[in-house]
Amino acid sequence: MAILEVQNLKKHFDSTEVLRGIDFSLERGEVLSIIGSSGSGKTTLLRCLNFLETPSEGRIIVDGETLFDAADPATQQEADIRRKRLRFGLVFQSFNLFPQYTARENVMLAMQLLAREREDYRKNRQAISAQIGETADRLLDEVGLSDKRGLYPHQLSGGQQQRVAIARALALNPDILCFDEPTSALDPEISGEVLNAIRRLADSRHMTMVIVTHEMGFAREVSSRVIFMGDGRILEEGPPEQLFSAPKTERLRSFLSAVLQA
Amino acid sequence: MNWLTVTQRLLEGFGVTCEIFLVTLLCALPLGLLIAFCSMSRFAPLRWLSRTFVWVIRGTPLMLQVIIVFYGPGLLFDASSLPRLTAVLIAFIINYAAYFSEIYRGGIENIPKGQYEAGQVLGMTRTQIFFKVILLQVVKRIIPPMSNEIITLVKDTSLARIIAVKEIIMMAQEYITSAALIWPLFYSGAFYLLFCGLLTILFNRIEKRLDYFRV
Repeated sequence: MAILEVQNLKKHFDSTEVLRGIDFSLERGEVLSIIGSSGSGKTTLLRCLNFLETPSEGRIIVDGETLFDAADPATQQEADIRRKRLRFGLVFQSFNLFPQYTARENVMLAMQLLAREREDYRKNRQAISAQIGETADRLLDEVGLSDKRGLYPHQLSGGQQQRVAIARALALNPDILCFDEPTSALDPEISGEVLNAIRRLADSRHMTMVIVTHEMGFAREVSSRVIFMGDGRILEEGPPEQLFSAPKTERLRSFLSAVLQA
Repeated sequence: MNWLTVTQRLLEGFGVTCEIFLVTLLCALPLGLLIAFCSMSRFAPLRWLSRTFVWVIRGTPLMLQVIIVFYGPGLLFDASSLPRLTAVLIAFIINYAAYFSEIYRGGIENIPKGQYEAGQVLGMTRTQIFFKVILLQVVKRIIPPMSNEIITLVKDTSLARIIAVKEIIMMAQEYITSAALIWPLFYSGAFYLLFCGLLTILFNRIEKRLDYFRV
């Protein structure tokens, strides 16, 4: 069964239609890249998946559970949304680390807050805290930042900040990890370390991921499937070799030649 | 007129000055936050009411507000007028709360949206996001404008004399008429200098304490 199913997702801001009916599904362990020019709705789609925007129409189903149905208000209750969000993780273009916390504290914060809601929190406080600390260290190790755990965001390079953000997004064990142009705010020579970290998640964890990206080479290499969006629609979809080597639509052909020339 | 008696009189006045300062600060700091939240409310009438209030308070002299609070109730409603110090405190608290609220609002609105969104996607509640993520960043941002405003408050306390509250300058000025002495007035200035100097040191320390991160 598909881990993620998106059905007829639409979103408009006032009279501007940003998403005009998006349908796709994702199997567990798949890596989906979403490409397309700016304004095509890629980021809005990602934000809808993470409940940062409320879709105007459509359904989002994760692992058989309908997380969102525009026609069913029962799925839109504020209290539930918090829990549903945890199915997804999101890595932002601009990192959005919390500046007053160290790398390690950034990774730990959400885990700590969630742990406080556990019934046995008072009783096992120390054990739980120790466990959270261990998890944070393991995640920072996974993104290659063991030696930076005590540093504050402003003491880290952009690439290191983004890797901390990845570790933070993994902390609550999301089913699906989303990336919103994770390297767009980085210098090209630094992007590599972030892309490598994402690559490792795909290889060693078989993490299910949705990646909005402008890095065509990376999309081609890491994805199991690619979606090309334009005007709020999916214009083309398929395995990377097919989309990049034999684009079917004129739109994708001209998009690719424009991007590759740049 | 020896130095000791002048000092004694001035200290008496300085006590009143400190009282106005402290009570205003303690009440206006939380009240300002409340006004700031009203000014940012999604409920438009509350927002406009709050912003109009701030506009009126910031757009008219504090001296005028002190006079109105003191004489207003008696002249407008035939009520008995408030004790002088109480009238001063009310006017000061309202005035400074309005100023503080704008500083808070600026500080809160300047926090990038991404900070809230990062908290949201990590499953944090609004309250958790505010207290665990936003608040300290706001505090760091507003310390410089806040310290400015608080130092201004020290000196504004001298406006209390307009309704004959015996703060330090009024005490010092009495020596001009009673003994033709100007030095007590300079002496009173030294109290302000010392007070503001201590506050400056305090705020610098707070800034240093928060220097470990950047916003």
